[in-house]
Amino acid sequence: MPGQSLLQRILGQTGLYAAIACYVIFALLPIYWTIKISVTPQDLLYSEGIKLWPSRMTLANYTSVLKATDFPRYFLNSILVSVTTAVIVTVVASFAGYALSRFRFRGKAVVSLVLLLTQTFPLVMVIPPIYRIMGQLGLTDNLYGLIIIYTAFNIAFATFLMQSFLDGVPKDLEEAAMIDGCTRFEALRRVIMPLTLPGMGATVAFVFTAAWSELLFALMLINSESQKTFSVGLLTFVGKFAVDWGQMMAASVMALIPVCLFFMFLQRYLVTGLTAGAVKG
Amino acid sequence: MASVSLRNVHKKFGPITVLESIDLDIADGEFVVLVGPSGCGKSTLLRSIAGLEAINGGEIQIGDRPVTHMAPKDRDIAMVFQSYALYPHMDVRRNMAFSLNLRKSPAALIGERVAQASAKLGLNALLDRLPKQLSGGQRQRVAMGRAIVRNPKVFLFDEPLSNLDAKLRSTMRTEIKALHQSLKTTAIYVTHDQVEAMTMANRIVVMSDGVIQQVGPPLELYDRPANMFVAGFIGSPTMNFFDAVIVKGAARLVDGSLLPLAPAAWKEGREVVIGIRPEHLHFADQGLPATVTVVEPLGMSTQVTLDAADERVTLLALERPQLSPGDRKYLTAKAADIHVFDRVSGLRLN
Ligand SMILES: Nc1ncnc2c1ncn2[C@@H]1O[C@H](COP(=O)(O)OP(=O)(O)O)[C@@H](O)[C@H]1O
Ligand SMILES: [Mg+2]
Repeated sequence: MPGQSLLQRILGQTGLYAAIACYVIFALLPIYWTIKISVTPQDLLYSEGIKLWPSRMTLANYTSVLKATDFPRYFLNSILVSVTTAVIVTVVASFAGYALSRFRFRGKAVVSLVLLLTQTFPLVMVIPPIYRIMGQLGLTDNLYGLIIIYTAFNIAFATFLMQSFLDGVPKDLEEAAMIDGCTRFEALRRVIMPLTLPGMGATVAFVFTAAWSELLFALMLINSESQKTFSVGLLTFVGKFAVDWGQMMAASVMALIPVCLFFMFLQRYLVTGLTAGAVKG
Repeated sequence: MASVSLRNVHKKFGPITVLESIDLDIADGEFVVLVGPSGCGKSTLLRSIAGLEAINGGEIQIGDRPVTHMAPKDRDIAMVFQSYALYPHMDVRRNMAFSLNLRKSPAALIGERVAQASAKLGLNALLDRLPKQLSGGQRQRVAMGRAIVRNPKVFLFDEPLSNLDAKLRSTMRTEIKALHQSLKTTAIYVTHDQVEAMTMANRIVVMSDGVIQQVGPPLELYDRPANMFVAGFIGSPTMNFFDAVIVKGAARLVDGSLLPLAPAAWKEGREVVIGIRPEHLHFADQGLPATVTVVEPLGMSTQVTLDAADERVTLLALERPQLSPGDRKYLTAKAADIHVFDRVSGLRLN
């Protein structure tokens, strides 16, 4: 900036980076601590409790989680539930969001309002009725039951999310495509969809993370070992008299891996500005 | 190439009538400009022809095919949008080839057509760029190229130049006109800019509030506007209007001064409005008394603003009058240059 002395600029820059560093430390410290505990040998856990890094490291927690517990199964269950939910929700929300963004139809305001209302119920309130419904449908203790519930709970927000992304794609584009020879659906597939990939990426990521870390319903509806998701599985490390911190943290670190990979993969779709240059300028 | 005809076209948005009983015949190869103030329904009419809006009544025919109920893609038209509407994820080449690709034209033909169009529009160096890497004028050209490549029956333009700066706008205006002269494809061009309308059109359609006010060649509209709306809309600076009463075949203005009218069967005492274009007003030794308020030299001409007969009057002088604000002058106009309109209906009387 003009009119600022060199000193002011240096101070300003330093302050900026210090603030960013503080935030990053604040956000990453729990994850760092989780990793630290996971590699700390059992006998050092309490004696070196507040040290930044243990004097000895071990991978024993990881091997015992993988070999001696049902954790790999929980993990696969979680992947199945989260990916399926994310895909179904994103596809449905894309079409629903498109309808809300582009068409004028009777009852549109009511549909939007009802979607919004579903977001206002406290979850604990709806657990008993849902438990009964799922029980009668034979969907308790069943991963499909979880998929259905997660889909239902995420679809409203995802629809609004997709609607706002689609609102950002100029209507002129699909009209141009329709004049150029597309049906409405072809225009959607060839022009609108490529431009809403960032939005769909964000929606997939949002729903995936929500389903991946969901605990309440998974805890209520699932009993058998073979159907547990990892969030429920983590609780098995909490015993009656003690918590196996080392194994729990090792399991947690492994649970973070798919989410990290997922976001790394989605990163390029999450960049905005893909529609730049479509109109005006 | 094809003619376009509209029969009794109606369009409503909810309870609001936007187009009212539009009848229009456009000949094969003609360049027709729809002009009118913002919100008068020009875009809606164009979009109805394109099939982007369903009409509530009437018929649309392109060539010898009724297209009233056809999807846009089956109407064989191309449209250039005000926003250009380039596909942002495709480079210039793919933007231009999009429609031909959809029709599964042979690759050789597509390549040839794109090459022709890009040569014509000077886009050769830009074919591999994305729309966001182009300037406004270049985007405009790509939008034109995309329309040309298809070789459609009709070109539709919706204010294609209004996002460009003044200089580029006048260059592109000339280019579009030259393009039309070489392609000879029927074109319907929407604008709110009457200068664009005057310079580009074979025929102008003036619209107001969803109704066609007058259709005709530019100079005919300029010389013989059918009503006060057209008279006031076409021409810049705009026509001067004065309330007047017919007295012995002349017009008596509110200050009592008389302006001669061309001989006709004028009804004594009729209340009229007379219109005089700024370039048809002259200084004289007698006539309508006026006081100079502003003098604006434009180089080629001088625009003088005066107060006369309770109106603000504009005069365009080709010579360079020596005037200063406050000067008192007399104005006259030739009888043949005075337009007479009915005070109530606004319709032309002479
Ligand atoms: N989709 C729409 N829904 C409701 N009203 C509309 C819609 N599109 C246009 N209008 C109205 O129709 C009238 C004509 O609009 P338009 O054809 O865009 O005018 P112009 O292009 O001449 O400026 C305006 O009053 C506008 O508000
Ligand atoms: Mg318009």
